[in-house]
Amino acid sequence: MSTPDMKTLLLDGPGVEQALSRMAREIMDDGVIEDLMLVGIHRRGVELAERIAALISETAGRQIKTGSLDITLYRDDFDQIGPRPVIGSTAIPGDINGLRVVIVDDVLYTGRTVKAALTELADFGRPRRVELCVLADRGGRELPIQADHVGIAVEVGEGERVEVRVPELDDELSVTLVSSSESE
Amino acid sequence: MSQTRPEFELGKDLVGLEGLSAETITGILDTAEPFKEISERAIKKVPVLRGKTIVNLFYEPSTRTRISFEFAEKRLGADTVNISSSGSSVVKGETLVDTARNLEAMRIDMVVIRHASSGAASFLADRIPSNVINGGDGQHEHPTQALLDMLTIRDRLGRLEGLKICIIGDIVHSRVARSNIFGLRTLGAEVAVCGPRSLIPVGIEELGVSIFNHVEDAIEWADALNVLRLQLERMQTGFIPSLREYNRVFGVTRARLEKAARDTVILHPGPMNRGVEIDSAVADGPQSVILPQVTNGVAVRMAVLYLLAGGKPGGAEAAKQEIT
Repeated sequence: MSTPDMKTLLLDGPGVEQALSRMAREIMDDGVIEDLMLVGIHRRGVELAERIAALISETAGRQIKTGSLDITLYRDDFDQIGPRPVIGSTAIPGDINGLRVVIVDDVLYTGRTVKAALTELADFGRPRRVELCVLADRGGRELPIQADHVGIAVEVGEGERVEVRVPELDDELSVTLVSSSESE
Repeated sequence: MSQTRPEFELGKDLVGLEGLSAETITGILDTAEPFKEISERAIKKVPVLRGKTIVNLFYEPSTRTRISFEFAEKRLGADTVNISSSGSSVVKGETLVDTARNLEAMRIDMVVIRHASSGAASFLADRIPSNVINGGDGQHEHPTQALLDMLTIRDRLGRLEGLKICIIGDIVHSRVARSNIFGLRTLGAEVAVCGPRSLIPVGIEELGVSIFNHVEDAIEWADALNVLRLQLERMQTGFIPSLREYNRVFGVTRARLEKAARDTVILHPGPMNRGVEIDSAVADGPQSVILPQVTNGVAVRMAVLYLLAGGKPGGAEAAKQEIT
């Protein structure tokens, strides 16, 4: 007995573009970009990292390196949920030792994904500095983790969740608040 | 955002490929893909099986398979113990179960078993709650070898469906041949075998397999050849006249390959008898994927261990939920 999901559009395509541009500018203002690498968390974080990297590359006139992380094998809930047969690819180009790495994800919630990403990143080397960039921060942290660059902060109530959609996977660019009568 | 878990079930154990669905076999091969990357890292370890204890119970000599499993287990963060009783006269029955029960009493999670008796893996799987993976049982099955063969062919030729694969050599003693036949047929490949009549099991056509009597015809027909080792240790006398004779009639040589119209992919599960079933020029040549097979073996075994380790009831449903 499920009722249809209630959807509230928080950011439309141009709204997301604007948020990404602002975060790109912040990343450029906050430090040097000569040794910058953007690392997206699978899946939508990867697309967002590519977009932010393209924006910075365009403004700065230099190519920004990007990588991707799939944290499936680093999750802390493997015993509870079991394996996920299709794992995304982890691709970190070259050496990350001494680099400025910005982790990019779509939604920041409990912080467990970010913790797993930090652990996985450490297996590739020791960056000079690691920052966190998220399109939507929905609160509800279960670990002491905060983002350095936030696209939109969202108040989320009981039974609600934030959905980020990217054209590469969902045919549109948007941030939506979804209220569902079913548990998440 | 929710990731849907593909619908396939592996169950508690991997005893053989016989009876597995095409979705399940493809699911294992697809799961193996991302595991390839881990072995290319500077730190070749992920923590997904941290705290799991895996016993490699090898009642038969093995180098490649045992080490491949051990690498796979360690790269997933598991703790491993190797037990080999090569040379001992352990037979199927009380002794195997007692060994396993003693291991269970020490609280283990998975067993990889290799045994000279067909059915040993299934026998063990029915009697202990740990996950059991068949690392080769007698002349029955060697599922992870067939999976790595299939992954390697798929890497090279882009697909398995509709391909023509010929298994050459000692079919009658080969669990690798049986597992390959079940797996490849399920995924829609055409399978043939080629070898001396004394080494082809009677009634193999009933598995949907055709037979070539001449290796030249097999090479002409096939997209890929899986060249098997003559299992001299399993043979009583009289299967073949001599190794030289075998090489002259059934050996995969460069001269024979050059007559074929296409670039046939060459597989061999190892260990090779160079100059018997395969010539060095072929084993080391550009059509050979023998070393990529070994590399893929680690990835396939990581995938199987990963899928079996977390396969708890209700896991599939729970896995559909996303933490952010």
